[in-house]
Amino acid sequence: MQASLEMMGETEIPKMGLRTLVRRAERRHFMTMLALMAPSVIFVALLFVIPILLFLFRSVDNAEIPTLLPKTAVALDTWRDGEIPGEPVFAALASDLHALKGSPDAALLGRRLNFAVPGYRRLITRTVTSLPGTQMASAKETLAAIDKSWLDPVYWRTLKSQSGRITDFYLLSALDLQRGAGGIEKVSGEQAIFMSLYGRTLYTAFGVTALCLLIGYPVAAVMAAARPAVANWLLSLVLIPFWTSLLVRTTAWVVLLQTEGLVNKVLLQLGVISEPLKLMFNTAGVFIAMVHVLLPYMILPVYSVMKGISPVHLRAAASLGANPATVFRTVYLPLTIPGVAAGCTLVFVLSLGFYVTPALVGGPGDQMIGYFIAYFTNSAVNWGLASALGVFLLLLIGVIYLALGKLVGFDKLKVR
Amino acid sequence: MNAIAPLPSEAGTAWPIVRFAGVRKSYDGENLIVKDLDLDIVRGEFLTLLGPSGSGKTTTLMMLAGFEIPTEGTILLGGRNITNLPPHRRGIGVVFQNYALFPHMTIGQNIAYPLRIRGVTATETERRVEEALTMVKLGAFAERRPAQLSGGQQQRAALARALVFRPELVLLDEPLGALDKQLREQMQYELKQLHEELKVTMVYVTHDQTEALTMSDRIAVFNDGRIQQLATPADLYENPLNAFVAEFVGENNRLVGDVVDTGLSAVSIRLADGTVVRGKAVDELRKGDRAVLSLRPERVSLDPTDSFANVLSAPVEKVIYLGDATRLILRVGGSEEFSVKIPNPDDRATMMRGDAIRIGWRDTDCRAFRLANS
Repeated sequence: MQASLEMMGETEIPKMGLRTLVRRAERRHFMTMLALMAPSVIFVALLFVIPILLFLFRSVDNAEIPTLLPKTAVALDTWRDGEIPGEPVFAALASDLHALKGSPDAALLGRRLNFAVPGYRRLITRTVTSLPGTQMASAKETLAAIDKSWLDPVYWRTLKSQSGRITDFYLLSALDLQRGAGGIEKVSGEQAIFMSLYGRTLYTAFGVTALCLLIGYPVAAVMAAARPAVANWLLSLVLIPFWTSLLVRTTAWVVLLQTEGLVNKVLLQLGVISEPLKLMFNTAGVFIAMVHVLLPYMILPVYSVMKGISPVHLRAAASLGANPATVFRTVYLPLTIPGVAAGCTLVFVLSLGFYVTPALVGGPGDQMIGYFIAYFTNSAVNWGLASALGVFLLLLIGVIYLALGKLVGFDKLKVR
Repeated sequence: MNAIAPLPSEAGTAWPIVRFAGVRKSYDGENLIVKDLDLDIVRGEFLTLLGPSGSGKTTTLMMLAGFEIPTEGTILLGGRNITNLPPHRRGIGVVFQNYALFPHMTIGQNIAYPLRIRGVTATETERRVEEALTMVKLGAFAERRPAQLSGGQQQRAALARALVFRPELVLLDEPLGALDKQLREQMQYELKQLHEELKVTMVYVTHDQTEALTMSDRIAVFNDGRIQQLATPADLYENPLNAFVAEFVGENNRLVGDVVDTGLSAVSIRLADGTVVRGKAVDELRKGDRAVLSLRPERVSLDPTDSFANVLSAPVEKVIYLGDATRLILRVGGSEEFSVKIPNPDDRATMMRGDAIRIGWRDTDCRAFRLANS
């Protein structure tokens, strides 16, 4: 032993240590891995992660006011809320607005300020068009002459609070809050729509998840216990909806559920009901269609966990004296919990972000967060608010995931 | 053909704990997996069901455990008909091949499970779990999860769980099949020890004849859905009732030939190469019948004396060193795989391939059976 070691010391072991050699080999392996991953990483980063981060940044971004009204922003620094600002501030505003004359930026500014105070757009447009080109004696009087609103501190408060590069305006709006004279306050009743929106989104997601679990669990159990040939058939039946586009499936539900639709016709002919049920443009429709769409996402993870449960465990429990109900409660159910947790997380998170299905089969009162994000992105062109809603949707999902992870263990949330 | 050996004497008068009466089982309605099974299991015995896979031994065990229902016949447990009783109402302990410990419970909770089901009080449960853990030498493992234990430890825990509710009858379905050889031998010893201490009836299923021979009070050899022989290990080895048992239990040389003469105690059989050998007839044989001779390798002598009924010369085909013994493969009577086992050290182990040696055996060690389908 000793002799062989000595011999190796003289001839075999190279100058640098074993550690260096191993590290070098590992580095080579790591670089190869990196090179293989590079295309997908670059693709995802460029087209997915960075755009999303940029879009999320819009929830606090406030470029319009500081860049379009630079002098006003500076002049307002010394202004105190509650009073009408002095001549220098009016002069600065008049000068800034004058510079916008004929430029499309005026409309941009008007739209931005209108998010905060309805009517601001009209005020800006009128002021910009009516501003005299020449030097005026008193900017204050000139502006007040164009529109009396300029003597109302509300408009100045908005300007001052929105003059920073970063704003909390969108995030506050998305929580039904605003900055008033006395600091952050709740917006008035009919404008407060977002808190109830989160509530509705959560309620729908919970309801759909619970229904999916209730319907999917027995199906998965039957599939897991079936002979392989039968199980394969059942599996493809579960998967068929997967191969159809979401839009097509949702449209199919529209056809089925409408007042003159198939479901009502069949029920009427069978004599189960005497007049058509209202199954569309209401919560029932949203639940029916969403449960249908999301059911496979519940069944598959639960099934895959159930398939891994050895029937010997159930036999063992029976031989130890447990009746079938006890076997289910003490052995089968606990062993399926990882699948249930994974399925519920999947369905819940997916339904939080649902858009197409509620938009097509739901009523105005059934729309979820996704609908409003789309609305503010496409129709209202209020990207700041859309992005703030996106931030809260992400937060909601993160919080729920963390809570579930704490509850059942993160390793169990994985979809196998 | 269902030869039932006499029950061990001390329990001979007691009512058997289990009785299979005319039990048949078919899964597909065409083939019988178990054919006309009649079997009495004596209270307190260690009975092994031995046989190749598909012989019906596991099905028999599963019917006793209640996981399979017999197609015909009845099963009595302690005189009570349990043929259609669900497994959870039988009170039989079962140990499975793959341990079947509940992975979501600790070892302690696993062993407490049958007590919890039976509503045993917490303090009593704790005491009995501890007792069971000590019994299987797992005292320090109560808090571990099954996955943290080795195969042998898991099987011990499974055993403790099957014994903790003090069943009268424990079924073991190839419990040592997944363990390596050394551990298996140690567990065999421990299991036998437990059986003697607890005086519980154990029914053990295995396809390993060595395991069956070392552990059992009685062995039931299964083949083709029937019990071929039910006997003590020694009886089974020394006096196999048919060619299947002779070949399945222990090593065996098989020589085929025609009966040329029948006597009172022995028959003469002419082998394929014309050699005539004498053996003890187990089946009734007549002149002209085809017969198969069965002879244990260790019963062949290399120093045959005149008292041996069979003495002949055979060329050595192969010499295999086994450590404690040497196996010689010879060409005898048309068979090229005639095996002789001689203990080491032995000078004759230096024999070479091609040598011709003199061998012999007693006619009483050589058993003649009628060749199946003749």
